[in-house]
Amino acid sequence: MKPAQSPPARPSDVYFFATCVVDQFFPGAGMDAITLLESQGIRVHFPEEQTCCGQPAYTSGFPDEARKVAAHQLTLFPNEWPVVVPSGSCAGMMKHHYPTLFAADPIRKAQAEKLSARIYEFTDFLVNVLGWHPEDHGDACTVVLHTSCSARREMGVHLTGRKLLGDLHKVTVAQQDHESECCGFGGTFSVKQPEISGAMVEDKVKALKATGAERVVSADCGCLMNILGHAAWKDRQEGRAKPSLPGEHIASFLLRRTSK
Amino acid sequence: MNAPQTPHTLHFMPSAGFRARAKDVVDNPFLRQSFRGAMDFLMSKRAAQFPDAEELESLRTLGESIRQYNLARLPDLLERLEARLTANGIQVHWAETPDEANEIILGICRRHEAKLMVKGKSMVSEEIELNHAAEAAGIGALESDMGEYIVQLADEKPSHIIMPAIHKTKEQIAKLFAENVPGVDYTDNVDALIQIGRRVLREKFQEADIGLSGVNFAVAETGTLCLVENEGNGRMCTTAPPVHIAITGIEKIVEKLEHVPPLLSLLTRSATGQNISTYFNMISSPRKPGEKDGPSEVHLVLLDNGRSQAYADEQLRKTLQCIRCGACMNHCPVYTRIGGHAYGTTYPGPIGKIISPHMLGLEATKGLVTASSLCGACGEVCPVKIPIPELLIRLREEAFSAPPRANPAMRGQGAGYSGLISAVWRGWAAVYRSPSLYRVATWMGSRLRGLVPSRQGAWTSVRVPLKPAPKRLRDMLKERG
Repeated sequence: MKPAQSPPARPSDVYFFATCVVDQFFPGAGMDAITLLESQGIRVHFPEEQTCCGQPAYTSGFPDEARKVAAHQLTLFPNEWPVVVPSGSCAGMMKHHYPTLFAADPIRKAQAEKLSARIYEFTDFLVNVLGWHPEDHGDACTVVLHTSCSARREMGVHLTGRKLLGDLHKVTVAQQDHESECCGFGGTFSVKQPEISGAMVEDKVKALKATGAERVVSADCGCLMNILGHAAWKDRQEGRAKPSLPGEHIASFLLRRTSK
Repeated sequence: MNAPQTPHTLHFMPSAGFRARAKDVVDNPFLRQSFRGAMDFLMSKRAAQFPDAEELESLRTLGESIRQYNLARLPDLLERLEARLTANGIQVHWAETPDEANEIILGICRRHEAKLMVKGKSMVSEEIELNHAAEAAGIGALESDMGEYIVQLADEKPSHIIMPAIHKTKEQIAKLFAENVPGVDYTDNVDALIQIGRRVLREKFQEADIGLSGVNFAVAETGTLCLVENEGNGRMCTTAPPVHIAITGIEKIVEKLEHVPPLLSLLTRSATGQNISTYFNMISSPRKPGEKDGPSEVHLVLLDNGRSQAYADEQLRKTLQCIRCGACMNHCPVYTRIGGHAYGTTYPGPIGKIISPHMLGLEATKGLVTASSLCGACGEVCPVKIPIPELLIRLREEAFSAPPRANPAMRGQGAGYSGLISAVWRGWAAVYRSPSLYRVATWMGSRLRGLVPSRQGAWTSVRVPLKPAPKRLRDMLKERG
């Protein structure tokens, strides 16, 4: 686990790199994350030209294609502001894999290194840069937190989400069995090895449900797509109309709890 | 004595049928539960050995640098090891392939007119399928490690590199003993079963002409073969028969004796959660004049089998840092779901996925390198910090991204190349590198979301279909102004 970087001074402006998954599949999570940042007095800039960090191609063994897509993102953040990413996995790609990806390209390697130093996962930014302590205005409830493998093992930011939830004094955070275990998403792994991926997500959803929590929250929409996708499939299989495991991005949950 | 047999041919073809084998285990609730329980037990044993995260981190860094130090000097160290061992009276043999290794070992057996070889636990002997080769040559090969003995009785292969019979219940073992060991009645009392095994093996140690073992660390400066074990059978194999043959991969070498204690500590704590193994053997020569026991001949077979291919590439070389503790398997969510046999390789789990391609080529192993979610649990626990996920990504690139090239870094490079898949990724890159194409494509996605198919290949086998949101984040931001 790599330690989170030392907190810089509180910035006036940040860039928001939404990730392609949030832009297309979880836009509400992106809006809520932006709204939360703005509520802390930060100006949030969303470069319109942004697309994807390039990770799907990179982890599938297509580095040339990943480089083309990543190279495009390198040019989008000209000012020295932090780049906040609402996903440990995409943040990990930009922070830790961009410099390797461009190792043989001096110009882009320098750009990648400069950018990677400014990449922050969303919950890490709230806790370690803003020093934010959310104030809870919601009713008592129990949630369970799923932390992504990238947040945990690449970014070392698996504790910041827990810290934020811990500040919400009417929220009980349930502890699931095998918390640190992967949900089985893994990008193209989920379709290349569907039997193994399916077994992993089945076990993950069982463990999350066994806590009795009302919902699952996570700072990674890739995992949520997998976990909620399986939970909903299971509900369909078993003829349940009401979702047995609702879930959302931690930004949406935090925004709702802290809104008066 | 039998005449030399036709060279035994390895029959590992792990990619063929991998998904089917994995599915068999995944669909078996009993096996799922039993692997989960066993891996949980091993994970908690290891965790108890490393209560202090900082100490663990500094030990892992030390382990990594010791292994990298020695690998950086490998060619020189191998020469020094050979010279030192030879001076000590140990005969050194070099084998490039499994067939060559088998031929060397069987040649020694034939010279001694050997009928029975007792074996201590050795994964390299599994790698060359020595038991089959010995059998074909009319030489009995008997496993003496309890787990290996069980697996041999069942005519199976080890499912774990440290605990070969971890897939078996005590009831299955009881049945196996009752059916295969003469004069044994069914008992599922574990102590009784172990006593039965020990009794059988004790006689065989006396009878055997050859003792075979693996090597955990070969020390170049002293010419010492170190062997880590818990049952004492390794010491029996290396001391009781008149001839001892050790076999190991060329990477298991360290320059100095002082390199051994940190690696040994990392090995036993990571593997079985033990402070130290019950036995630690250091073998530096055959029986000397005037000594009362020990083998009169000691041989070391150094096997390449693809290791020099990994060695030649700076990144892939890290694969050879491995000290075979098995912690990566114990912590792997994929291994936990499918067990060791599904991989179809000698070395299963994460380390198997990165080392087998060098031994068997990418043609045979391309299916395995995709069998990882890249969760990173293996790299996190590896006592010598092998960046397993990074190596898997590299192997995927070698296997899939380009058609076979003239001078590849790996045997079987491009074996998984598909023009169609590559075109899909090129198309993907064309869209995602261009903001305007991306805007059009995702806008269409959000507008045509009603047309999303209800079956989306493997994704919807256990999940509801993916459907773009009606509005993209960029649309919502525009509307907000």
